[in-house]
Amino acid sequence: MLTYIIRRFIGAIAMLIVISMVTFGIFFVVPQWAGSTPEAMASRYVGRAATPETVHLVAQKLGFYDPVIVQYGRFAKGIVAGAEYDYGAGVEQCPAPCFGYSFISGQPVWPDLLDRMPVTFSLAIGAALLWVLGGVSVGVLSALRRGTFFDRLSMGTALAGVSLPIFFTGMLSLVVFSYGLGWTPPGGSWTDFTENPAQWAYNLLLPWITLAFLFAATYARLTRAGMLETMGEDYVRTARAKGLTERDVVVKHGLRAALTPILTLFGIDFGLLIGGAVLTETTYTLPGLGQFAILAIRNQDLPQVMGVVLFAACFVVVASLIVDLLYAWVDPRVRLS
Amino acid sequence: MTAPLDVSGSAQEARPESVLTGAGKAVQGRSLSRIAWMRLRRDKVALAGGITVILLVLIAIFSTPIINLIGHPPLEFHQDQIDQSTLLPKGDFGGMSGEYLLGVEPVNGRDIFSRIVAGAWISLLIGILATLVSVVIGTVMGVIAGYYGGWADQIIGRLMDVFLAFPLLVFAIALAGVIPDKGFGLEGNGLRIAMLVFIIGFFSWPSIGRIVRGQTLSLREREFVDAARSLGARNGYILFREILPNLMAPILVYATLLIPTNILFEAALSFLGVGINPPTPTWGGMLSEAVRFYTLPHFVLFPGLAIFITVLAFNLFGDGLRDAFDPRAH
Repeated sequence: MLTYIIRRFIGAIAMLIVISMVTFGIFFVVPQWAGSTPEAMASRYVGRAATPETVHLVAQKLGFYDPVIVQYGRFAKGIVAGAEYDYGAGVEQCPAPCFGYSFISGQPVWPDLLDRMPVTFSLAIGAALLWVLGGVSVGVLSALRRGTFFDRLSMGTALAGVSLPIFFTGMLSLVVFSYGLGWTPPGGSWTDFTENPAQWAYNLLLPWITLAFLFAATYARLTRAGMLETMGEDYVRTARAKGLTERDVVVKHGLRAALTPILTLFGIDFGLLIGGAVLTETTYTLPGLGQFAILAIRNQDLPQVMGVVLFAACFVVVASLIVDLLYAWVDPRVRLS
Repeated sequence: MTAPLDVSGSAQEARPESVLTGAGKAVQGRSLSRIAWMRLRRDKVALAGGITVILLVLIAIFSTPIINLIGHPPLEFHQDQIDQSTLLPKGDFGGMSGEYLLGVEPVNGRDIFSRIVAGAWISLLIGILATLVSVVIGTVMGVIAGYYGGWADQIIGRLMDVFLAFPLLVFAIALAGVIPDKGFGLEGNGLRIAMLVFIIGFFSWPSIGRIVRGQTLSLREREFVDAARSLGARNGYILFREILPNLMAPILVYATLLIPTNILFEAALSFLGVGINPPTPTWGGMLSEAVRFYTLPHFVLFPGLAIFITVLAFNLFGDGLRDAFDPRAH
């Protein structure tokens, strides 16, 4: 078990390094391929009003003329040990973990990310609970009642669910339930959990349901397919032959095996959501990480965009690491192979 | 993966008496694609999806003549249709009429019907081209990993894991956001379309890659590949003449299922304002404009329905195609 954990940790760290390289590449190498000059990149850091001399100076100070590998080294060092940005007019401190320093907002990106974290986390956790419970139970019932009206109805709904963009269902839900019927609060409502838990849940209800609907559809389809496969296995027949109750056969033997691929998917999906439920947050104007990313793009605030991308990627890695470790704990075959 | 012959069909043609009399037809060998077509023909839902897909593609290809015939140019303002005090359409139901089939947009009065038809072109173009990109990358990677195995498989396998665990949307947003207005010898929306095709295709190849790798792994061990090898065929010959033709069916199926995902991806990017730039009409872009007009549900409804119908049609057709090629699904 220990070797497995160590191996998996090394894998996760390698993945984080690759991700930091790709992120760095997107922001510093791709623009150059597309013909952007160091000055053009520096002007995105100082704002559009700066004179060519200032831009040139900033480009020099920020090291945009250095070889790519040196720049990457500086970028990676900042995350581990913190960094100082000397852009001519003064030195800005960016303590570790330095996910970049925004010259537009005039502060490091990391605290901003932490501020917005609770919104996205609240959104993801509630939705995840709903979609796992809903998706898996509908999938199981559909598989057990294969071919019945219930199966067709739920699978039809699930197919519609995966075909609907969330920004469309989100807007419709707002039009109907918030502005039409007045049952739910309008877009942009957010209360911190510590302030008023009931209000927190009430405000998030609509985003939770909309987001969960989209994912539940995928999970229902997957669970149904997995259940149909495992219920045909020999060991399920053996379990029945032993005289176990149908409930035990379904839950302990069928569902348990069918859930394995779903657990993996859940790890990735949840990690991705924490990293930024961009579409949901934009649709419901929730002040989370996804909205932060979009605002940063609109303001052309590259350090902020880069910070949020890196942050998002870290969550996927961490979430899939946790899932893998859980796996190894539940299923001995994983850690022994 | 070759499907077993459809027994019910061939049994009739090979009735013993017909063989005895010698008058009946000989047992026909049927190709996989013909068997699949026979199954698909019986699947009403998939056929409906397929017909819708063909219609949508035709609408997209002939979008300009269609708009010239029954609409107004998608970028043309129609202030006469707008109530200047509220900036909302004058007519009922958002200004729907014989002349403006789906009504007009608030504020500037552009013809929604024309914009949706023009949006179909962009959506399908990007969705299909991006899928082609991922099919090419995915097939090459999958075949190399599956056929050669060893360290090539290790590296490509890890690469696919990395890509599948990437926060795609955030990355694509970031990439789309840093694209300059000019570059690679293109500019404006031409550059943006090319970049979107590349970004979407580049991030979605691993799903195809995995399927192709798995299929290649099992094909590599098949008798006909052994036979070719023992006859002295080189790797190149085996790959292109023995393995690739057998990969066509799964590639076709998963490409069909990838197109709707990519269409949703494009719509999401345009909705977020990092896709195709306005005023060029896109479904996602129309929805993001509709956000400000909650009192006009039709403005939200039509572009949303356009996305929904297109994606659903491709999904239904793709599902049917998969069932037709994979007999175990029955």
